[in-house]
Amino acid sequence: MSQVQMISRSQKVLEWGFIIATGIGVAVSFTTNPSGPNYALPLFIGAGIGALVLRMRAKTIGNILSPATHLFDLALAIALFFAAISMLGDNQGAQSPGLHFWALILAAWLFAWAKVIQLSGAHFSGYAKWFFDLAIPALFGATVLFLWEAFVRGAGVPFVLLPPPSAIGARFLASIPILGADLYQTVFKAVLFGYFVGSIAGFLVAVLADRYKFLANGLLPIGNMVSALPIIGIAPIMVIWFGFDWQSKAAVVIVMTFFPMLVNTLAGLSASGNMERDLMRTYASNHWQTLLKLRLPAAMPFIFNALKINSTLAMIGAIVSEFFGTPVVGMGFRISTEVGRMNLDMVWAEIALAAIVGSLFYGALALLERTITFWHPSYRR
Amino acid sequence: MNGGFVKDRLLPVGTALLLLIVAWYAGTYFMNAPFQRDQNERSNVTVTTSEFIAQTMSQPKPTMPAPHQVAQNLWKHTFGVKLSSNRSLVYHAGVTLSSTLLGFLMGTLLGIIIAVGIVHVRALDKSFMPWIIASQTIPMLAVAPMIIVILAAVNVTGLLPKALISTYLSFFPVAVGMVKGLRSPEVMHIDLMRTYNASAWQTFWKLRAPASVPFFFTSIKVAVAASLVGAIVGELPTGAVAGIGSKLLAGSYYSQTIDVFAALIAGSIIAILLVVFVDVVGRFVNVRMGGKPA
Repeated sequence: MSQVQMISRSQKVLEWGFIIATGIGVAVSFTTNPSGPNYALPLFIGAGIGALVLRMRAKTIGNILSPATHLFDLALAIALFFAAISMLGDNQGAQSPGLHFWALILAAWLFAWAKVIQLSGAHFSGYAKWFFDLAIPALFGATVLFLWEAFVRGAGVPFVLLPPPSAIGARFLASIPILGADLYQTVFKAVLFGYFVGSIAGFLVAVLADRYKFLANGLLPIGNMVSALPIIGIAPIMVIWFGFDWQSKAAVVIVMTFFPMLVNTLAGLSASGNMERDLMRTYASNHWQTLLKLRLPAAMPFIFNALKINSTLAMIGAIVSEFFGTPVVGMGFRISTEVGRMNLDMVWAEIALAAIVGSLFYGALALLERTITFWHPSYRR
Repeated sequence: MNGGFVKDRLLPVGTALLLLIVAWYAGTYFMNAPFQRDQNERSNVTVTTSEFIAQTMSQPKPTMPAPHQVAQNLWKHTFGVKLSSNRSLVYHAGVTLSSTLLGFLMGTLLGIIIAVGIVHVRALDKSFMPWIIASQTIPMLAVAPMIIVILAAVNVTGLLPKALISTYLSFFPVAVGMVKGLRSPEVMHIDLMRTYNASAWQTFWKLRAPASVPFFFTSIKVAVAASLVGAIVGELPTGAVAGIGSKLLAGSYYSQTIDVFAALIAGSIIAILLVVFVDVVGRFVNVRMGGKPA
């Protein structure tokens, strides 16, 4: 109960903060001459008045709003972000924007903040729940990007230090051919090859080690120890052995992905219960039959866990290995050279690409896991 | 447990390590042989097989250094040179270790603060937690060179930038582990605290914090290893000044494979010491708190 009261109190503070900041921003705009396009002010005035009316009526309608109202508020929050940013016009920090700009930025921020708190306290069902579970973090992320943009451009932070998200986005779109070539070199050659070879090798050794206890006893402590080691350090050695091209990166990825798969598969193979194993014994099934029909399916959640860990490790391994020497293409190469040339927008574009690819990789694995281990309790409805 | 140590631990692990060393020596021979054969042909030297094998094991810049070469190099650069010398591995390990530990401390602190916030503020749980989980899928180390360069541009150099990369890498496992740990008390216990009319503050210190301790040690074991990786990678873009990472980079520039291997093993020794230290402290604390030895 106290939780609910605390949320509504902080929400009240934020909403009044929004109204006051909007008032200040609008008032200052009318006394000076705002440089931005003219739709920003009406939007803020409308939102401010709307919030004021809602505050007045809050006692009667309470805090329970329909999903459609929340949706409208989300759209309004995004619109306020863009309106506030547009107050800057083409100003790239050459002259400092007036008080009205910062007041309206603050207003848009407080509005989004209040909305996040309100949505976090609300209860939805069905598709609305699914949607708003995604919308809340999305709004949070958008707020961060918006404040970044506003701060960098408003306060005139040098471009070489921290480019605004809009510039990064523009650079991303403008250099898709380069990004594509880097993606092909790093991900489709080094990461995927190394990932598959490393994971499959780890899996096969785990199956063997499961058959011969001596092997498992010998490998498991080593595998656990290796997980703590900075394996990425073998990158220079691999570059010396296999040359600058993708083969050396794939070799690093193989070593990095081998042990997590080995350790997790071994753990997974012992995950099936005694009852089930006894049942297999009453069926007179041999080791390989038990393995195939019972213990491998039971190990699947562990194997997917390793695959997920490996997806991140593989990306890191390939990118960092490229810091040690590479042909003139590749994500790690691009990051290290563009940092040297202070083209930070390109670096950020590369990082955004890595983030997108990493998330897609992980998402694809999660989807595959859901279809293969549909029986697992965590997916039951 | 009793009597099983030799049969279940020492013998298999020993065999595996022995095989590793044998394979390493075999690899040394086969990888260095072509170069050595070429070398001998050029200088018109004929050697017996045993001499030839000895030659492959003692090249100054081998493709694959023999274990004893690495061990000698490690020994020489650890005990054979002055501690302050640029060639001392202890000096470089110290540089890496200091930024690792600073970053680890900051990361652990940050992770705990975030976890406490997420457990107590619903809005943070809903809006921030998904980003923490999503960030695990992102190759974060790619940001390392940029952080170093940006901070160098605003005149922050030395220990702090590298420590920040370690912080960045180590706060995620701590935050995620601590959220799990702080939520681990059973509903019954939380209800009990409520019947005592305990405040959120009291529930936190008397129930949630003690319950999270095992989770804390599990996650800082991951975090300390991640910090070390962060510190090593953070040393790469600074242009090989000091630290294990710079030794790796310098070694790869000049194809000093023995140096690279020695640096790698030095880094591994640090990693093992750190993890074992955390593990021992964790066990000790667990026993002192009345937990059953695992």
